[in-house]
Amino acid sequence: MLFRSNNSILWLLKFRISKFNILKTEATTEPILICGNEAIGEAAIQAGCLAYFGYPITPQNELTAYMAARMPEEGRVFIQSESELAAINMVFGASALGVRAMTSSSSPGISLKQEGISYLAGCELPAVIVNISRGGPGLGNIGPAQSDYFQATRGGGHGDYRTPVLAGASVQELADVTFLAFDLADRYRTPVLILGDGILGQMMEPVKFIHPEPVDLEPKDWILGGAKGRPPRVVKSLFLGTGALDAHNRKLQERYRIIREKEVRCEAYMTDDAELIMVAYGITARLCREVVRNLRRDGHKVGLFRPITLWPFPSLKIAELCRTAKRFLSVEMSYGQMVDDVRLAVNGKLPVEFFGNGGGEILTVGEIEEYTRELISS
Amino acid sequence: MKDSTIYQRPESLQDVPTHYCPGCGHGTAHRLIAEVIDELGIRERTVGIAPVGCAVLAYDYFNFDVTEAAHGRPPAVATGMKRVRPELIIFTYQGDGDLAAIGIAETIHAANRGEKITVIFVNNGIYGMTGGQMAPTTLIDQKTATSPLGRSFQNEGPPLKVCEMLAPLDGTAYIARGALNKPANILKAREYIKQAFLNQIEGRRFSLVELLSACPTYWHLTPGDSMKKITEEVIPNFPLGVIKDER
Ligand SMILES: Cc1ncc(C[n+]2csc(CCOP(=O)(O)OP(=O)(O)O)c2C)c(N)n1
Repeated sequence: MLFRSNNSILWLLKFRISKFNILKTEATTEPILICGNEAIGEAAIQAGCLAYFGYPITPQNELTAYMAARMPEEGRVFIQSESELAAINMVFGASALGVRAMTSSSSPGISLKQEGISYLAGCELPAVIVNISRGGPGLGNIGPAQSDYFQATRGGGHGDYRTPVLAGASVQELADVTFLAFDLADRYRTPVLILGDGILGQMMEPVKFIHPEPVDLEPKDWILGGAKGRPPRVVKSLFLGTGALDAHNRKLQERYRIIREKEVRCEAYMTDDAELIMVAYGITARLCREVVRNLRRDGHKVGLFRPITLWPFPSLKIAELCRTAKRFLSVEMSYGQMVDDVRLAVNGKLPVEFFGNGGGEILTVGEIEEYTRELISS
Repeated sequence: MKDSTIYQRPESLQDVPTHYCPGCGHGTAHRLIAEVIDELGIRERTVGIAPVGCAVLAYDYFNFDVTEAAHGRPPAVATGMKRVRPELIIFTYQGDGDLAAIGIAETIHAANRGEKITVIFVNNGIYGMTGGQMAPTTLIDQKTATSPLGRSFQNEGPPLKVCEMLAPLDGTAYIARGALNKPANILKAREYIKQAFLNQIEGRRFSLVELLSACPTYWHLTPGDSMKKITEEVIPNFPLGVIKDER
């Protein structure tokens, strides 16, 4: 695992230039070594993202820089905006014209984007927003964290809406969920979040760009672009008449119900006979997997459950696991956010424990394992 | 029979009454824009961006594609649109709170990047929609809901002159200020608006037209006295004319 600091940017730039020649918008058959931020960028390009707007912030800068170089190469749009507010609203504009558009940032910048995400949700506009999250609150630090879970999974901005949230656990999976994010955004006319962290964004792993099966997307009969031979169209989230906003919100809620029903993604590892099931997402799940392996070697019946969609949360799967498990342990790089969803899913049937940290530092296998062993023996 | 029509509703305006107060400039501004869009024959490739403010419902009045935008963000939305579909005609319609307060960063940077968009800036010196609060363009000594003793230079600073601020930026191609208080000024304003759209058709950079406009309701004046106020108090603070024309 390679945690790159800012001062290796120059090296990165040199590396990038030579690499571009081999990266075109076809699926690559040979895996290439690339960092998470760049993998998201390349996957977005291959998924047909025609416009990227972003504002620099660590630890996602490689993504903005990647797009700055690659998007013009493909004849597509790149703008370094004056702020995250502007970036998300540029996405809004591009999306209202029916174009696949993306922005990325890290925690403080994502807070600024919340206004725009709320408007995107209200206006039913597809968009992909990447949060390579860092320690908070406030300026926090630039280390990896998972403390934006609440913000990501509860809508984040004002109003009664949700956004699908996709969390990969490897550089490969970040690329995979990027393809998925664009499809989900278009299919459900909703902003979709990709939630990574500073480690995933910056570590390098081999990646193949695997294009998903083309999905049947309905034609975008709502996009603006000139009222030629048709009545004018309006994109809006304002509904003033009695009952009008409620009707609009009910339509959104119905869409969220379908997303909950159809789009849950998760992975279970050695959970069939597990008495203790660890629940973790993103990079933390990678560490927990190792803990599970170590503990299994000593005969402990431990398993790992990994949500890939944080919203919709795989609550039903966890409820099913309650039939065989004895307790759950939520492990997060936060002081307890996803654990709330685990508790809601478990619904009081079994104990749910928590282990985590909050300093913008990655947890170690050793400390997770130590806590888990104590838990088992207690 | 010879067609003797001398005045009719432009195709770019829908045949509906507006919600604007008597004497408000928004209706006039809408009509001028609609006339110009008709005249230039661009209705079918125009996308408007409505503000948050009294003109938030502009999409109910214009007869072409219009989007909402968050308060102050129309220039960013316009940027996203124009960059992905440069062949479209993209314009924003914004009040002084929208453009000059909460959205001033988006305005300056869209202007400085030289976005090839048209901005119609309706300056009524007040926040109409929210009940008559002070705007960045409120005159010194003008009383509003949030400057009950009158705006003071000491406390609130002088009115912000957006045109004069943007004109020096190399990204701007055309900056003009008109007034919607009497026929002669309205006709001049129409010329400015037309030029600002023509610039976009011809691929020139950022064009902005400021329109001095009345808010009789929150100026607490009759429509007639409001027009007089524009002549006697507003125009001396915000001089009319073409401030920059790069052609
Ligand atoms: C983020 C945000 N802040 C505040 C408001 C409330 N608000 C709505 S319109 C407005 C000001 C409108 O004034 P102006 O732009 O001058 O337009 P006018 O109504 O005078 O035409 C404000 C502050 C809002 N809708 N959104």
